Amino acid sequence: MNRPSDTTVARLMMLFCTLLLYSQAAQAHVNKGEAVSFLSGLKHPISGLDHVVAMIAVGHWGAQLGAPAVWVLPVAFPMVMAMGGMLGLLGVPLPGMEIGIAASAILLGTAVMMELRPPLALAAALVGFFAIFHGYAHGSELPAGESGLLYSIGFVMATGCLHATGISIGLVHRWSWGQHALRVVGAAIALAGIFFMWKVFA
Amino acid sequence: MTRTHTHLRRVLLLVAAASLLPIRAEAHLPTIGPGPVYDGIFHFLLSPEDLIPIIALSLLGGQRGACFGRRVLWIVPLAWFAGGVLGMFAVAARGSALTCVSFLLLGGLVAANAKVSLRLITALAAFLGFFHGYLNGTGISRFNDGTYALVGLALAVFVVVALFTSFVIPLRRQWALIVVRVAGSWIAASGLLMLGWALR
Repeated sequence: MNRPSDTTVARLMMLFCTLLLYSQAAQAHVNKGEAVSFLSGLKHPISGLDHVVAMIAVGHWGAQLGAPAVWVLPVAFPMVMAMGGMLGLLGVPLPGMEIGIAASAILLGTAVMMELRPPLALAAALVGFFAIFHGYAHGSELPAGESGLLYSIGFVMATGCLHATGISIGLVHRWSWGQHALRVVGAAIALAGIFFMWKVFA
Repeated sequence: MTRTHTHLRRVLLLVAAASLLPIRAEAHLPTIGPGPVYDGIFHFLLSPEDLIPIIALSLLGGQRGACFGRRVLWIVPLAWFAGGVLGMFAVAARGSALTCVSFLLLGGLVAANAKVSLRLITALAAFLGFFHGYLNGTGISRFNDGTYALVGLALAVFVVVALFTSFVIPLRRQWALIVVRVAGSWIAASGLLMLGWALR
């Protein structure tokens, strides 16, 4: 029991028990559209596999490319995606949205699979181009009557967390086996993209 | 059983017994009211449209260093209070579009790690504080302890700015600085989407 880990566990348990005593107000009547809206925004990007694989691929590719791409892509992507989201919200027509989303999974998956190393500007432009389609899809699907701000924050946070997940997994690139594993994941993402494309035309 | 185990069991039993104590539900705070100062504090902390631009400005000040952080720390709460006092005498205000702009502008500056001058950040702090304070002030009654609510607001602003600037200023590691920039890009992206909602 005197081992440090046991003591830490005991302390954590006590803290947990103490926290149980902290009685919150009931909050049975949450303001309509607010907390719910944040959660719906948070869930939206992870509710579609086509978006998830593309976001993860961006993270993987950034990790493969290393600095500065590893941070340029996650900084640029949310802003460009939000621009696409704004176009979707405003109802500006963007033809071929689903094709663009499927193509993003194919091309980004292929880039990861082949470990392509284009110039940073080209990589950023490619990712930004696809970000518009993803953002547009989200923007045009946003439910009416929700709290826009909280929804937007949840939506952007979830997208950023998907990138962070992709980058975190992509850090295995420093090992030889990790490089191979990432290429396999890239191939799987590209295959998923082909499936999405087939569904668009089926 | 060791002595520590016995001690732990006693503490857990005590905690379990204490959890049985009946506590007033306080499910209807509006009937009790935490008081105007706390109303102001909670209003700020629970209003992302006010809180997030202030966080963005604090991150920007922190990115530029202690001198900038200190300037933001003092200017924003004072401007907020002044704007709030003026707002209390106004009839109404609509500022959703300008709130979007503050998200976009400040988030974009943080994401770009912009080398803003001390004069510019002072102007930004004064304008942001005054504008948001004014919007808050229009919703506060000047006859019913409204000034205390404004004091609570300004105090909460001060604390949030102090926390975030002091968090960012000592950051030296590359990845930590990038995290701050990513946070800026998220704020700017949220602002863009908000603008879309506002114009929808």
